Amino acid sequence: MIRWILRRLGAALLVMWGAATATFLAVQAVPGDVVDALLGPGTVATPELRAQVAADIGVDRPLAEQYLVRMGHLLIGDLGYSYRLGEPVSEVLAGQVAPTIELAVAALLLALTLAVLGAVLTAGRGRIAKAVATTIELVAVSVPAFWLGIVLLSVFSFRLRLFPVAGGSGVEGLVLPAVALAVPIAGVLAQVIRQELATADGRPFVLTARSRGLGETTVLLRHTLRHALLPVTTMSGFILGSLMSGAVLVENIFARPGLGRVLVDAVAARDLPVVTVLVLLSAVVFVAADTVVNVLHPIIDPRLGRGMAS
Amino acid sequence: MTAGLSAAPPTPRPAVLPRLVTLSGWAVLVAVAVIVIAPGLVATHAPEATDLSATFQPPSAEHLFGTDELGRDVFSRVIYGTRLSLAVAVGATALGVAGGALIGLVAACAGRWVDAVLMRVVDVMLAFPELLLALLVVAVLGGGSMNVAVAIGIAAIPNYARLVRGQAVSVLRSEYVESARVLGVRPWRYLLWHVLPNVSGPVVVLASIGVGGAVIAGAGLSLLGLGARPPEVDWGSMVADGKELLGTAWWISVFPGLMIVIVVVTVTVLGRAWQAAAVR
Repeated sequence: MIRWILRRLGAALLVMWGAATATFLAVQAVPGDVVDALLGPGTVATPELRAQVAADIGVDRPLAEQYLVRMGHLLIGDLGYSYRLGEPVSEVLAGQVAPTIELAVAALLLALTLAVLGAVLTAGRGRIAKAVATTIELVAVSVPAFWLGIVLLSVFSFRLRLFPVAGGSGVEGLVLPAVALAVPIAGVLAQVIRQELATADGRPFVLTARSRGLGETTVLLRHTLRHALLPVTTMSGFILGSLMSGAVLVENIFARPGLGRVLVDAVAARDLPVVTVLVLLSAVVFVAADTVVNVLHPIIDPRLGRGMAS
Repeated sequence: MTAGLSAAPPTPRPAVLPRLVTLSGWAVLVAVAVIVIAPGLVATHAPEATDLSATFQPPSAEHLFGTDELGRDVFSRVIYGTRLSLAVAVGATALGVAGGALIGLVAACAGRWVDAVLMRVVDVMLAFPELLLALLVVAVLGGGSMNVAVAIGIAAIPNYARLVRGQAVSVLRSEYVESARVLGVRPWRYLLWHVLPNVSGPVVVLASIGVGGAVIAGAGLSLLGLGARPPEVDWGSMVADGKELLGTAWWISVFPGLMIVIVVVTVTVLGRAWQAAAVR
């Protein structure tokens, strides 16, 4: 078991290293000179100044050395300098992390609630309820979060004036963006949970619970639902990816501060140091979450633990 | 993501309704094809024709989706924007399938360390959320519709690579390929005659649902101002244009987005129908 966990951790570190290497290569792939990018467009610099800047950021050294230096810096948390702002990337990102995490967590909780509610309410009902649920889920997974944000804004902010139009602090400003981000994810989760509820229905453990005289609701909530929620943990990668991708667009629509906005500004300005750090960050979060889920999974579901002695 | 694929309910329900749904999916697809081939037949106005006496008109019989800040007909612009939106999505998916098929087939055929290296590269690519990987590619290449298509296509490669490799490995281990090999059939022949046909079915299903994802991703990047540049229009850039005018004219943003939803629902329904047909 310990060896299995160590192997998983090793694989995760390998992927993170690969991701860091990929972002290093991306910076190298950009045509044009880094020194020009740092000095800004239209700057006429003396050769001495250019040489000075090149030496400062280390681009005058061989590529292999630059690579090793970059990996070393990343390890100790030195993220480099933004071309556009001339500030350390860590300072550009500071203060933008909290709003994004706030949005992502709110959307995640909402998506889980909506998915479980939707699946439980339609489980074991007739064909019509199932058809309605399937249709709603299909539309939910097909709606882009950014467009849902547009619709919510025009109805609830501009028409009904219930929520702030842009930005907005506290819970009030968080409701609509969180809903927009949550619905497409809830659609996918609801599909999975409902299907699991359906397959669990004929299983022996459900039969046992029923034969003990438990009511349908108790069986559903105490036994079947717990079984159906298991696959949701394996979908944590998909959920995280959707949250991070969706947040970029939803922050843009609602003019919210956050990492998504920083990323979009950086992509538009081709500020590669900022872009690569953010993209790398998303990969690291993704791999870390995936690894934690994988390691915890046999503990949550003992059936999986048996084949893992080595 | 393959979530849509794995989440498809495979419950066989021999009823009229699913067939009706699939049929209407095809009907929408044909309509969209007509719009792409001959937008002039469907549009009621010229997409660039401005009319400053009729700005911000709400939807009406004359202007089905209303008019924008320059008095341009939103319906006609949505119709003319279809071609670019779908070109980006289909082009991106084609690139993803081609790249994924190449990597997957090479990995499956070469085996050993080539396979191991390629699959670790795929693992690394999969660690990036697709949209963020696409944003990284756009940051490297610069904006524009073409680069957006390339970016989304590259971000889609790892999913297809995994699928193709898995399918190809199981076909290569099968007895009929084994006997072909024993009989001295050259590799490229059994690849062409046995492996490719067996791989293509699942790839088509994943790709049809993937086109829907690519439509959303392409619109998203355009929305951020990284895709279509005026005078080009696509649905994402229209949503972006109307975003600032939401207080006065909701229709400028909402209708192009509605087209996205319709197209994505359609390809998802058809993809699932093919999947169900393949399972049976």
